[in-house]
Amino acid sequence: MFRTALRNLLAHKTRLMMTALAVLLGTAFVSGTLIFSDSVGSAFRDKMAKSLDDVAVSVTAGGPGTDAKGQGVLDSRAVDKVRALPGVASVRPSVEGIAMIADKHNNPTGGEWGSAGVNYVPGKDGKDSRYPLVKGRAPAAGGEIALDEKTARKTGTEVGGTVRMAVDGPVMTKKLVGIVRTDNPRVSAGGSLAVLDTATAQKLFGKPGEFSELVVSATPGTDPDRLTAEVRKALPENFDAQSGRKLAADQSKMIDEQTRSIRTTFLVFAGISLFVGVFIIANTFTMLIAQRSREIALLRAVGASRRQVVRSVMIEAGLLGLIASALGLGLGLCVAVLLPRLLNSTGANLPDGPLVIEPTAVLSTLAVGVVVTVLAAWLPSRKAAKIAPVEALASVDQAPAPRGLVVRNSIGGVLTALGVGLMLYTTTFRDRGGLVPAMAGSALTLTGVIVLAPLLSRPFVALLGRLAIRFSGVSGKLARENALRNPRRTAATASALMIGLTLITGLTVGAVSANEGMNRMGKQDLTADYQVKSSSYGGLAPEIGGQLAGQAGVAAAVPLRSIGFQSDGHPALAVGTDLSALGKVTALRVTGGSLTNVRGTGAVAVSEEYAKQRNLTVGSTLPMEFYDGKRARAKIVAVHADNDVLGDVLTATALVNAHMDKVRDDRVLVKAAPGAADGLREKIKDAFGGNPLIKVESQDDLRRAEAGNIDPVLNMAYGLLGMAVVIAVIGVVNTLAMSVFERTREIGMLRAVGLARREVKRMVRLESVMIAMFGAALGVGVGVFLAWSGGHLLRSSFPQYEMVVPWARIGVFLLLALAVGVLAAVWPARRAAKLDVLESIGAQ
Amino acid sequence: MSYPAAHATAHIPRSRAVAARATGLSKVYGQGETRVAALDSVSVEFRRGEFTAIMGPSGSGKSTLMHCMAGLDAISSGSTRIGDTELGSLGDRQLTRLRRDKVGFVFQAFNLLPTLTALENITLPMDIAGRKPDPQWLQQIVMTLGLSGRLAHRPSQLSGGQQQRVAVARALTAKPEIIFADEPTGNLDSRSGAELLGFLHESVRALEQTIVMVTHDPVAASYADRVLFLADGRIVDEMREPTADAVLDRMKAFDAKGRTS
Repeated sequence: MFRTALRNLLAHKTRLMMTALAVLLGTAFVSGTLIFSDSVGSAFRDKMAKSLDDVAVSVTAGGPGTDAKGQGVLDSRAVDKVRALPGVASVRPSVEGIAMIADKHNNPTGGEWGSAGVNYVPGKDGKDSRYPLVKGRAPAAGGEIALDEKTARKTGTEVGGTVRMAVDGPVMTKKLVGIVRTDNPRVSAGGSLAVLDTATAQKLFGKPGEFSELVVSATPGTDPDRLTAEVRKALPENFDAQSGRKLAADQSKMIDEQTRSIRTTFLVFAGISLFVGVFIIANTFTMLIAQRSREIALLRAVGASRRQVVRSVMIEAGLLGLIASALGLGLGLCVAVLLPRLLNSTGANLPDGPLVIEPTAVLSTLAVGVVVTVLAAWLPSRKAAKIAPVEALASVDQAPAPRGLVVRNSIGGVLTALGVGLMLYTTTFRDRGGLVPAMAGSALTLTGVIVLAPLLSRPFVALLGRLAIRFSGVSGKLARENALRNPRRTAATASALMIGLTLITGLTVGAVSANEGMNRMGKQDLTADYQVKSSSYGGLAPEIGGQLAGQAGVAAAVPLRSIGFQSDGHPALAVGTDLSALGKVTALRVTGGSLTNVRGTGAVAVSEEYAKQRNLTVGSTLPMEFYDGKRARAKIVAVHADNDVLGDVLTATALVNAHMDKVRDDRVLVKAAPGAADGLREKIKDAFGGNPLIKVESQDDLRRAEAGNIDPVLNMAYGLLGMAVVIAVIGVVNTLAMSVFERTREIGMLRAVGLARREVKRMVRLESVMIAMFGAALGVGVGVFLAWSGGHLLRSSFPQYEMVVPWARIGVFLLLALAVGVLAAVWPARRAAKLDVLESIGAQ
Repeated sequence: MSYPAAHATAHIPRSRAVAARATGLSKVYGQGETRVAALDSVSVEFRRGEFTAIMGPSGSGKSTLMHCMAGLDAISSGSTRIGDTELGSLGDRQLTRLRRDKVGFVFQAFNLLPTLTALENITLPMDIAGRKPDPQWLQQIVMTLGLSGRLAHRPSQLSGGQQQRVAVARALTAKPEIIFADEPTGNLDSRSGAELLGFLHESVRALEQTIVMVTHDPVAASYADRVLFLADGRIVDEMREPTADAVLDRMKAFDAKGRTS
């Protein structure tokens, strides 16, 4: 039987090509994901481990005793204490913070998250081994700075030139005195590094005389864990000491978690592609077995048992799966090699590292390929078993009697009804409780429609057929009949395409609706023309708000600063602002009390939603427990309508300032003077001397930024679902090629009675278009329905959400499906048209 | 192997117009050592309103002759005409159109599209041409072939003989210059076969159509107006008003000759 299977496989090479390609692409997706994530994860780990190589112990302020005694102070006394311990080779007291270096366009060179600022710590030889100098000398005074090579290159600064830098306030001008090399992971990930002398770094990033971390290196032969314990003993409880080994392990774990979540996302999409592939495999084996029924009957007649026939088909499928997934493994490997280069060329900054091919990646790829192929071939193989030996003796080819669809339609009807019912039930939910029924309902609806697809194909194809006949006459009619001839096959082929389109449509509708909701949200509450904030997470010094208010063309500049607190165990955020000008930057509707009473540190206004949740009214008291350990009781003096700009608890700046370590604004909302809005952004930028810290965004920018959070995700989903669509297209090609092969004699006859090659081509093409359009229409329909019903779940957390159907984009999807139909038919149509009339008529 | 010169060209009655004609038609397969002449300088005419049977042993070239004359196969030398049209000068598209408009076909089996009804199969060449069939003519064909009650059936619901009759009806609808039938009774039992041959005969008689039928069955050939005998790519004899016995005797004679030469 194994030999029969192998022979069959070889004999039908070309016919199995498309199926193999589908499996190949699916498994390539799997192996590419596995190898890529393994490689990148290991490269990151290596990089991190290297940066921790010479760290035996790391000491930071803070630790278990933080609340009680406050954070420890890492000053020179602490340094001396650690340095005196036996086994300590050296202690490197470092100061780190955010230092943004302006590039040529006054934007932060290292991006918003990668702008590192550090101090230069000269060793015994006067040099800092961590930042070896490439050029010039180390910074020694407040006006001097050293940069890493990449940053110096990006800003176009030479030693002796000037560098503009900002930490959290006004821009500073420093003289570039040296260029250093670094293996700081943030820098190699695209960030920038500013090296300052210790005193300056302390002043800018912390407090004079204090360090942010002590890096302890051990003398040879010292056990780092013992040393860590020693350090812990030597310092008070409010310090935190960790061994370098522990830090490396923690980081490695964190990287693993991150790569795992990315990997899982990708594998989900690979799974979708493979699932789509199942339809193609099943279609192919059904057709092969139908074509081979005489052979199989002969095998049965000469004594092969049913089980042997089934096994032969399964072995054939297994071999096909093995070969295809081995090739897929190879393709995945190529992708894993090329992808980092491609991503890096678009600025992703993945670290270099060797390709990591884990045996599990290889084995699971092959296993997935084989299992999926064998499972998909299982149902068709059951049909092979049902072929009676007597069929070998039948003299005339008899088309198998069409099997009834009654059972299938009933099952499909029940599944669809259940799914739709569940989805309608979900629309009654107003919170996330509906998530489980929504997921089950989506799966049921999709499955039900797939099962019902043969039934649905009839009216749809008939409808399209009417169009086709009007425009293409007899080719259209023949195409329609061909598409209707085997509803199961048409349905399976279309279903493969439908799955991809359901997901694409659902995601698109959801994303577009969410974007629209956000637009509405911004429009409702924000009346300011611009928002000024820090490019980093550090906030803005309050002087900046003051400077903005005094600038020409600015009608109002309202700073917003916030502080977290707990009230009876419920965490919340208090936003402090200048209440006098607030009305100019946001549309705030007061529904109780008066905002003028929000003054000093004892009075707050709350949103209606918060008042309802916490059962508060004007006049009641809000207990507040701040994270610096202080408590306060604030009086509710006003209640306002929910406002997305301000949040739930609104106070005067005084209350917030009282609990801030260093007063910093989250953002400053700017209302332009009448007629001054245009070009104000540039004026603001100029007024701050091109400070890279200052980020000015218009209303449009903000809206786009919100959309910007959704669009890349949507585009990535499109890209990942693209593979599923490609496999579905291969399925259409496969079905058509098989059909052309099956209908060779018919095509020969049609050519003999006068159907031109062109018309034969058109016939195949129209059949392809009908299948593709059917799949696309089902997908769009189901996708819109699922998006509509599932969208209700967002209403609670996102009241502005309202479903918007992007008809234009859906029109594009349908047009693409049309193109897919035409494209998929190119090769099969050419084959059909090339058939020799005489040979085809004589074909068996 | 040699035959009397008189048999090299078929005898032609003068009264009727020529529907199809081959002159010096040769068809050669292969080259050099493997060269095989399937047709060796054949000249033949088929007149309108005549039912001709082409007989001969396997490999005699009878099917090749039909395929070449119908424009289904390219010829090596000589010329073939359907009506006034010289086939040698036509490209694929023109040949296709010629087949559609001027030639009818009936094959041994698989004549019909399983997805179309009998009527749709009958009008297929007209549909391809984008023309409406002449309803009177269609009616006449359907009546002649006894298909009136079967028009809405699909091929799978028809018997083998009925399927072949539908094929004949299809060949007739476009009022072609000539109809070629390749062993049309080959897959039928003798009763259905006889019935079909009767219908073919009737089509020539009543509808004034021209039919050329390839067969190896002397009984089938006896329904024709004349029989052409082919051997080794040449026309070796012709018989008018044939009977099954006479045809059989002639075939036996050829066989004997073939064996002794």
